Amino acid sequence: MNKWTRRAFISAGVVVGGGILVGVAMRPGNRVADLQDAVADDGETLVHAFIKIDQDNVVTVISPHAEMGQGAQTALAQMAAEELDADWDKVRIEEAPALSDYTTYTLGRGYLLKDVPLPGAVIPTIDGVMMRVTNALNAQITGGSLSIRATGQYGMRVAGAATKDMLKQAAAEAWSVPFDQIETEKSMLHHHASSRSAPYATFATAAAEMTPSYTPELKDMGDFSIIGQSVERQDIPGKVDGTAPFALDVRVPGMVYATTRRAPVFGGTVVRIDDAEARQMTGVIDVITLPSDASEGMLGGYEPTGETVAVVADSYWTASQALEALTIEWDSKGRDSVTSETIYAKHAQDLTSGAGRESDLSQGDIEAAFDAAATVIEAEYRVPYLAHTAMEPLNATANVSGSSAEIWVGCQNPLGFRRKIATALDLNEEQVTLNNTFMGGGFGRKAIPDWAVQAALISKAVGKPVQLIWSREEDVRQDFYRPSSTSRFRAALDDNGIPQGWQNTYVNKQEPVEAPLIPYTVAAKDIGYIQSPSHVPWGAWRSVDESQQGFFTESFIDECAHAAGQDPYEYRAAMLSDHPRMKAVLDKAAEAADWGTPLGEDRGRGIAVKESFGSIVAEVIEVTMINRDVRVDRVVAAIDAGVAITPDGLKAQVESGIIYALTAAIHGEITIEDGAVAQGNFYDYEALRMSTAPRIETHIINSGHEIGGAGEPGTPPAAAALANAIFAATGTRARQLPLAKNVGFYV
Amino acid sequence: MKTTITVNGTSRDVETDPSKPLLWVIREDLGLTGTKFGCGVAQCGACTVMVDGVATRTCVTPIDAVAGQNITTIEGLAPSADTLHALQAAWIEHQVPQCGYCQSGQLMSAAALLNDTPNPTDDDIDAAMDGNICRCGMYDRIRAAIKTAALTKGQTNE
Repeated sequence: MNKWTRRAFISAGVVVGGGILVGVAMRPGNRVADLQDAVADDGETLVHAFIKIDQDNVVTVISPHAEMGQGAQTALAQMAAEELDADWDKVRIEEAPALSDYTTYTLGRGYLLKDVPLPGAVIPTIDGVMMRVTNALNAQITGGSLSIRATGQYGMRVAGAATKDMLKQAAAEAWSVPFDQIETEKSMLHHHASSRSAPYATFATAAAEMTPSYTPELKDMGDFSIIGQSVERQDIPGKVDGTAPFALDVRVPGMVYATTRRAPVFGGTVVRIDDAEARQMTGVIDVITLPSDASEGMLGGYEPTGETVAVVADSYWTASQALEALTIEWDSKGRDSVTSETIYAKHAQDLTSGAGRESDLSQGDIEAAFDAAATVIEAEYRVPYLAHTAMEPLNATANVSGSSAEIWVGCQNPLGFRRKIATALDLNEEQVTLNNTFMGGGFGRKAIPDWAVQAALISKAVGKPVQLIWSREEDVRQDFYRPSSTSRFRAALDDNGIPQGWQNTYVNKQEPVEAPLIPYTVAAKDIGYIQSPSHVPWGAWRSVDESQQGFFTESFIDECAHAAGQDPYEYRAAMLSDHPRMKAVLDKAAEAADWGTPLGEDRGRGIAVKESFGSIVAEVIEVTMINRDVRVDRVVAAIDAGVAITPDGLKAQVESGIIYALTAAIHGEITIEDGAVAQGNFYDYEALRMSTAPRIETHIINSGHEIGGAGEPGTPPAAAALANAIFAATGTRARQLPLAKNVGFYV
Repeated sequence: MKTTITVNGTSRDVETDPSKPLLWVIREDLGLTGTKFGCGVAQCGACTVMVDGVATRTCVTPIDAVAGQNITTIEGLAPSADTLHALQAAWIEHQVPQCGYCQSGQLMSAAALLNDTPNPTDDDIDAAMDGNICRCGMYDRIRAAIKTAALTKGQTNE
């Protein structure tokens, strides 16, 4: 592991491990407060350092985003290498350390909020990206499908192009030739008239002394030779031979193991613990109570989590057995009468009362639309809480001693975690070193630092390095869940069955704000929400509100189409005249799925389309009824993410987003009984498997629009496309998730 | 208690609680971290190794149940240090892993399948791989990679 120090990033030309750092600097006056001290010490202007070049002419791209399977690090390196004209075979990737120099906030703020001349390509998307960036608040976040469209587009490409220009300038000065006669190719500089050539490494030091441009000339899409290639991901070889380092694989000399149980009813506290039997077990080191943690995630603050009991032992096996041997009396703070039924009843009550309704969109004369309606149709949908169940159960290793702490964790927000851990340990941030590893899945859960804080507190308490591992049961029962929600719709259809009024009120909004909006041309729209929270904590679950809103809105428009006696694809397409880009994606999915051709008996097709995180995805799902059970045969998806940086990687993200969504749509349900989560493991919180997963076919549209996200947009349309397919095959409309509550699934 | 097992061709003595699951012996006592913990109840397959060639969920297999047997973990799948197993090469060719955490288990289940069934059908793949969850949802790619590996393995053996 490289030794990263704050010092190494202070100036633009610093030797690190034999390499030269070439940074993208910003002018004085455009720095965030965090960097003032560092900058004042040296009078330097470096803010970001994304690229370094070593003496063997290897270009290393430093990614401020973490790797959880989404392949963003490879795509980011492609973007930098493209503009740098680097030799792709000699490009390496490193993850940035958890230092404030690498805040994703700094990136967004530097390029978007301060008085900086903006590259032209930025301007059309300022609003959308700025909203995301301000949500990211001074943190190093991997989420919101942001890595490529924000850091890649405005950071990596600019860094690559600016670095190339500095190298050319350095060569031009050394060779005494005009700048514009220098050509670059595969990490080499050439001046053909004088037959001179040199590798980038020759001029890296000189280049690093220059001030990079904010606004270097970027390439046109047609000139790309690395962007748009399905290059192999650099993290994959280590993931087929067992060597890829996950947090669970960290080994620190003298390390012991811990496992925990937090109050099963969220927010509960420990009354007393009988640990006599546990303490007598060979290998048990200690039993500790940890305080409640008002953990903060990327969406803001949370209620106190509840107190936790931790067992420390010489082995995870011993610790988990000892945990089972404890008798713990909890104070549930009066919340143990809450059930899923009481939560849904509260949704219904709040929706019926209408008190506290906030508007997402109010457009046209909604009353008049319903007064004039030929037909009014209504429907109510609801979705349960969902856990994330990343493959790698939550774990972290901590070594806390006196005035310093070192943490090893795989997380979606290293700087946010470091800050939270420092606060919990009563240290300042510089005393905490955080090493971020690969994540065995994240999906939003690993943006919230509660478990890493536990690891640090346990290490501090026992005075040893500790690896904390949560059981799968703890992972399922102590999540920050996708909120349970109920959504009510009314549509005013005219004589032709076309909606002239669309009224929708739902409970429990997180973000993105636009998630419940529909793209269809409807004269009057009235969309709003009521917050109807329970004590069950919320978090961001892959695509956040887009997943449930995709199910709600794309199911209800399907109901409108059927009420109108029209083809659900044609019906949608006719109402997308204001959204030609979306219509093109819808058309592509329909065409690729042979929409309109007969499927035969007991089969059905459903379609749905959703724009989210800057990309548009349409999906057609085909099902077959086998003895009244549903078999999901095939998904045909089309995506317009503007420009596909790594086409195969983009397809992989769409495939993944669809399986994640279908797993939830078919099986996913966290229920609350006696105030606590009833499920605990994959036998009662099931996942799609090899035999039940459909075949997926993904079609990419490179529209050339601004680059959109990849990790999340595949998820939102899938539940509705499946419910719509089941309706087509059976005539039964499923308005509640999971679908397995309504219909059998073929195994 | 001392238990002797053969791991990736090397005989290893382990001094431990005989009820300790093989998973934690491999990870904690033997220091081989390629085999992963996913559920603890044989529901996800992340902990799969081969025991005498049979795909086995190590999270529920006590060490004394495999005394004297041959264990192959992901670290022992490749035939040599500089040659990948046909499945590993196919996994790279199809860019199968995303987060990668389940892939050691997927590969070991697939290796056991190909040992028994060199040319598996889709039904064979469904049956052999159904115990391995991939939350990144890479089932299509795993299926395709198994078929590619079956093909290349067949050619190598001819």
